[in-house]
Amino acid sequence: MEYYLQLIVNGLVVGGIYSLVALGFVVIYKATKVVNFAQGELVMAGAYVCFALTVQFNIPFLWAFLVTLAFSVLLGLGIERMVLRPLIGEEHISVIMVTVGMSSVLKSLVQLFWGTQIKVYPQVLPTEPVVVAGLPVAPVYIAAFVLSAALFAIFSLFFKYSRTGVAMRATAFDQQAAQSMGIGIKNIFAMSWCIACVVSAVGGVILGNINGINAHLGHLGLKVFPAVILGGLDSLLGAALGGLIIGVLENVCDGAARQLLGLGGVREVAAFIILVVILMIKPYGLFGTREIERV
Amino acid sequence: MTDILKIENLEVVYNDVVLVLKGLSLSCAEGEITALLGANGAGKSTTLKAVSGLLQAEDGEVTAGSVLYKGEPVQGVIPERIVRRGVFQVMEGRRIFEDLTVEENLRCGAFTRPRSEAARSMERVYEYFPRLRERRRQLAGYLSGGEQQMCAIGRAIMARPDLLLLDEPSLGLAPLLVEEIFEIIQRFNRDEGVTVLLVEQNARAALSVATSGYIMENGRVVMEGTARELLNNPDVQEFYLGMGHGGDKKSYRDVKHYRRRKRWLG
Ligand SMILES: Nc1ncnc2c1ncn2[C@@H]1O[C@H](COP(=O)(O)OP(=O)(O)O)[C@@H](O)[C@H]1O
Ligand SMILES: [Mg+2]
Repeated sequence: MEYYLQLIVNGLVVGGIYSLVALGFVVIYKATKVVNFAQGELVMAGAYVCFALTVQFNIPFLWAFLVTLAFSVLLGLGIERMVLRPLIGEEHISVIMVTVGMSSVLKSLVQLFWGTQIKVYPQVLPTEPVVVAGLPVAPVYIAAFVLSAALFAIFSLFFKYSRTGVAMRATAFDQQAAQSMGIGIKNIFAMSWCIACVVSAVGGVILGNINGINAHLGHLGLKVFPAVILGGLDSLLGAALGGLIIGVLENVCDGAARQLLGLGGVREVAAFIILVVILMIKPYGLFGTREIERV
Repeated sequence: MTDILKIENLEVVYNDVVLVLKGLSLSCAEGEITALLGANGAGKSTTLKAVSGLLQAEDGEVTAGSVLYKGEPVQGVIPERIVRRGVFQVMEGRRIFEDLTVEENLRCGAFTRPRSEAARSMERVYEYFPRLRERRRQLAGYLSGGEQQMCAIGRAIMARPDLLLLDEPSLGLAPLLVEEIFEIIQRFNRDEGVTVLLVEQNARAALSVATSGYIMENGRVVMEGTARELLNNPDVQEFYLGMGHGGDKKSYRDVKHYRRRKRWLG
């Protein structure tokens, strides 16, 4: 029993990171209708920048983290300005292919600078586990979960109450109508890329603190698809729950397969099996919008 | 009296090929309601979009002529700037943000205004449309057609424009509601001194609140005058107001007229 509880706790932590990355994905999809295949590479970019700052430049972790966030904002602005803005009005498939290309470029850049070896972050939090509800949990796990939850809370409030947040939702619904209100939709697009880069970088830094990082970190981006499709492509709450559910299910399935069948590696495919099952039952995801129909 | 808006010999082309406006000229006197009437496809919406800058998003281009707002050209200015200069377009078909609440929709209308003003503007919208106050926390997608039109006009009130471009506010509404909405447009015009360019197919309703009007066909203005002149013009009465001139025998011509009238009466 404790074995499974432990799996669930670990799953929640990893799921929290999936949720963050999914949040970035959903924000871009909602505002610009771009399906971003480079989401995982944004995670990787943030993780490596923070790693370089702390280990190679010896900057204290907290400062390095803040600088990483600033870097992510610039990265978001740069990507929107140089890669996506020229494509406004092009076919969806061209834009998708560009994000696929961008993911390769980002990955190659990381390998160029840092190689393919696994890199380990310096220890930031104590390793001594604390006991939560009878289970020993590493402090870094707790920090990770709290940080993901806090970011989610911040962005929920942002989209509900801030002028820019409401304008972003309006733009997501009807770009031309948003323009007619004087909302600058190019700024809105840039803003969504910034948010996506920032939340992904936070996810990457958390992962770096837990597992260390290597050049395959970008594969994480693939896990985001089951999470967002489960949650509904355009729902923030859906992204949060989708990420958590995928994190927990894949961990539990993996653990069960190991213990009961002696099989390893189920973790890598579990999420996609779950995805297929869910699509058969609920094609719009748990929270995806259908058109509102008036009578 | 000065003209806040002056359009001269305007030509608009869509997708580099389709010529939709063919030398259209009109002007709006400051503080007045001007009606722009015409059948489906005449180019009324295109005219408004040329003023508000929304043409750019539809691959439409001004190829000749000029649009002067407060004496300055708006051509090539991005829509966001034009809104900040005081022009606000309520688009055809209401274009409500359906998955935002009524109040969030209204806040979007005030996007270019100082935050300090929002509460007072919101209160004014609710005075004009008490029904919106009751529903302010509901998703706008669940409002009835009439309430959505109120919400769309509410967003315009939030923006405090100097020039309001209204595109077919009566579209798809029951006669009683049309009357209510037009009354409010008139009140808004009188209370705030806002200039209104009112695009309509419902000529009778539009001319009842406007001081002057234009009738366009096929990308050009074919008739203009004060609202009274237009209402008394026999052609307008026959084609656009649906008043038959007695005595004529039924003929093919009548059938054709009937078809044209039908478009006007909706
Ligand atoms: N985005 C567009 N692209 C191409 N043609 C358009 C576009 N919008 C309108 N048109 C054409 O321009 C003409 C005038 O349209 P519009 O201005 O909407 O007329 P109205 O508002 O008077 O009904 C129509 O023939 C319409 O098909
Ligand atoms: Mg129209």
